[in-house]
Amino acid sequence: MFTWSRTALAAATLAAGALAALPAAAADIGLGRAATPAELDAWDIDVRPDFKGLPRGSGTVDDGEEIWESTCAACHGSFGESNLVFTPLIGGTTEEDMETGRVASLTSPTQSTRTTIMKAATVSTLWDYIRRAMPWDNPRSLDTDEVYAVLAYLLSLADIVDYDFTLSDETIAEVQERMPNRNNLFFHEGLWRVDGEPDTHNVACMQDCVTEVEISSALPDYARDANGDLAAQMRIVGPVRGVDSLSPALTGTVADNAQAVRAHARATLDQAQADTGDIGSTFAGDARAVLADIDASGCLACHARDTPLLGPSFREVALRYKDEDVQARLVDKVRQGGSGVWGPIVMPPHPQLDEAMLARMVDWILAGAPQ
Amino acid sequence: MSISSQTPRGRLRKAPEGFVAPGLALDIQRHGLDASRRGFLRSSFAAAAAGIAGVAMTRRSLAADTPSGDPAITGLQPWNTRLGQPVASRPYGMPSKYEANLQRRQSPGLTQTNQSSVSFAPLQGFFGIITPSGLHFERHHQGWVDIDPERHRFMINGMVRVPKVYTMDELMRFPSVSRMHFIECGANTGMEWGNVAVPTVQYTHGMLSCCEFTGVPLATLLEDCGADIENAGYVLAEGADGSGMTRTISMAAALDDVLVVYGMNGEMLRPENGYPLRLVVPGVQGVSSVKWLRRIKVGDMPWNTKDEAVHYTDMMPDGRFRQYTSIQECKSVITTPSGGQALLDKGYYNVSGLAWSGRGKITQVDVSFDGGRNWRRARLEGPVLDKCLTRFNIDWVWDGTPCILQSRAMDSTGFVQPRYRQLREVRGSRSVYHNNAIQSWRVAESGEVFNVHVE
Repeated sequence: MFTWSRTALAAATLAAGALAALPAAAADIGLGRAATPAELDAWDIDVRPDFKGLPRGSGTVDDGEEIWESTCAACHGSFGESNLVFTPLIGGTTEEDMETGRVASLTSPTQSTRTTIMKAATVSTLWDYIRRAMPWDNPRSLDTDEVYAVLAYLLSLADIVDYDFTLSDETIAEVQERMPNRNNLFFHEGLWRVDGEPDTHNVACMQDCVTEVEISSALPDYARDANGDLAAQMRIVGPVRGVDSLSPALTGTVADNAQAVRAHARATLDQAQADTGDIGSTFAGDARAVLADIDASGCLACHARDTPLLGPSFREVALRYKDEDVQARLVDKVRQGGSGVWGPIVMPPHPQLDEAMLARMVDWILAGAPQ
Repeated sequence: MSISSQTPRGRLRKAPEGFVAPGLALDIQRHGLDASRRGFLRSSFAAAAAGIAGVAMTRRSLAADTPSGDPAITGLQPWNTRLGQPVASRPYGMPSKYEANLQRRQSPGLTQTNQSSVSFAPLQGFFGIITPSGLHFERHHQGWVDIDPERHRFMINGMVRVPKVYTMDELMRFPSVSRMHFIECGANTGMEWGNVAVPTVQYTHGMLSCCEFTGVPLATLLEDCGADIENAGYVLAEGADGSGMTRTISMAAALDDVLVVYGMNGEMLRPENGYPLRLVVPGVQGVSSVKWLRRIKVGDMPWNTKDEAVHYTDMMPDGRFRQYTSIQECKSVITTPSGGQALLDKGYYNVSGLAWSGRGKITQVDVSFDGGRNWRRARLEGPVLDKCLTRFNIDWVWDGTPCILQSRAMDSTGFVQPRYRQLREVRGSRSVYHNNAIQSWRVAESGEVFNVHVE
């Protein structure tokens, strides 16, 4: 772990003088009230590197594996290795790293991803984060022992602990001693303090500053359309227009191009209006009520109306099937779950949904998710 | 003095409802317009506007005879021959439909989920220094939420005399301040560390916005709780969203200019920007300006939370990570013209851009049109404020030949924005954060502008 200098503290004490310049003496205002012990209990959940704030409890690797499979693996993969939804958690560390506390693969040209365990220096960081924010679509649903168990399993995947390990408030300090990247983070005061020392030193030269202008990088031709049609992302009035990036770069002179550039930019506005798309079928029921059901059933964790999230957007589904009779098939799909139609991410089964409600939801989706 | 005793210089005249007889107005109000009532209206307007109509008729015939005239002038347009929309037809106003292209956008492939993701602000379309609220860039770590302000609470605990809770009602009763500051994500321009990766200024620099924020200085609230500023060097800020975002902030900043904010550009914060309460830590990377703020904890060591120990750490060439790299150093970028645009003509251009520094004010911006050989001083538009965007402009006459445009800012500490070579010499090219290098735009003979790196 890094060490902290006293200079930041000294600066804080100096700045305390600034309090005098505040609008009014807050002490006289009499707003707010003392927090109760129960309120502090509920919210004061942060855990520091010295384990201050860590609650008592424990969990085994075995217990963790069970929770992992049902709650975590869909996004992170069974071994924390999956790259489908998030950057992999596990991989890239060695037994030697655990000795040195510095992950060697961080500088390896063949290590393309930086996994969480390659970067994390402190085990408290993982404990705190799992408790406050995981699982992704249901944060704060794990109890204290379950957090210990999940973390124990994760640590076992990285070979930091054995498969018979029990992680607890008493054993967690041992784990810290084996964290693979524990000695690789350092405090950089130059970018912490507002008056810190910069590490680059350019000068404001005005004339003949360089002898040769070398372009070291440009966007390759194959990536020209990677961000879509740039003309559709810029104003259609003013001294410039966006270029048609779905076509090759402009050639000739500015005089040759101006008219076509203007015309294409203008056409993007009409295009945007046409794209709102007509599904062709209508929904006879109460769209708001269906949307409320969809929200209450947790669908919106992975689906949205217009934007693909983990799963396709409702509009995409409607457009794909607009000429097919797929109502029964989709009802079945939601109930059974599956993957492969829209990509490799698994849609979990939803056996609990009421039959009539599910039918209404699918009708609504196929009608283009009207608002 | 009574108003009637004065003769106003520009007297307000009653709107054209005066042209309609009171009886007819009442009739239309009650029964709406039918053919006969329409007829009445038409004749009363026609009489009132006889002179103007006569002129318009003359112009129209003139246009037919002189084809060299601009039909936008010589012809009648729908917007001056038709009754416009009523007031409050859009109770919350929207931009013109002709501005629909300017939107916050994601960069394809950058993130794997849309809830832990970024949308970039269209800097290429902005004027001045204020970001319209609806176009402020977004960075969420577990999706955005819309919090019921009556159920939102704010707590301060840790090394304080009395841990306290406040309602929004109470926070909005405190003495307030309004300040203009930029917020820039630490990863802004992060895709460009190693090489050119994206085409336009929206994607290279669009994790940047600047608003007027209204709220309570954090120092006021720390004092209200009796924070132990002698012994505590740090505060932790925590969000109320699913990510429970947590960031360590220096006590020096907390007592200096950090704000607990509810207002943005004259209205409440937008949900995407932390409604109803967020922290604004001026000059520090955006992640510290914790949204949906629910708690400040005062402590004597940093917390090493996920977003300061696993992310938002700067990887150096030797594989070690700089931690707590908070300050957004002096930086600038030309927004017009910029990558992905095409110039439409040779001749005069007002080249315009933005400059900012997390350490203070902008004092100087220079612009080069030859890839950094020679530089000219740009005009700074006021106001020039601490840790706030500054707009710069400079005259340029383009002769139609290829060239490379760059801008280079200097701040009140005398620091000069670095070239790519200078930055990479120290920090390598595998970092994600704090890329403040000089941006280059190559203008081709065709008029097209490209993002390029010049060492």
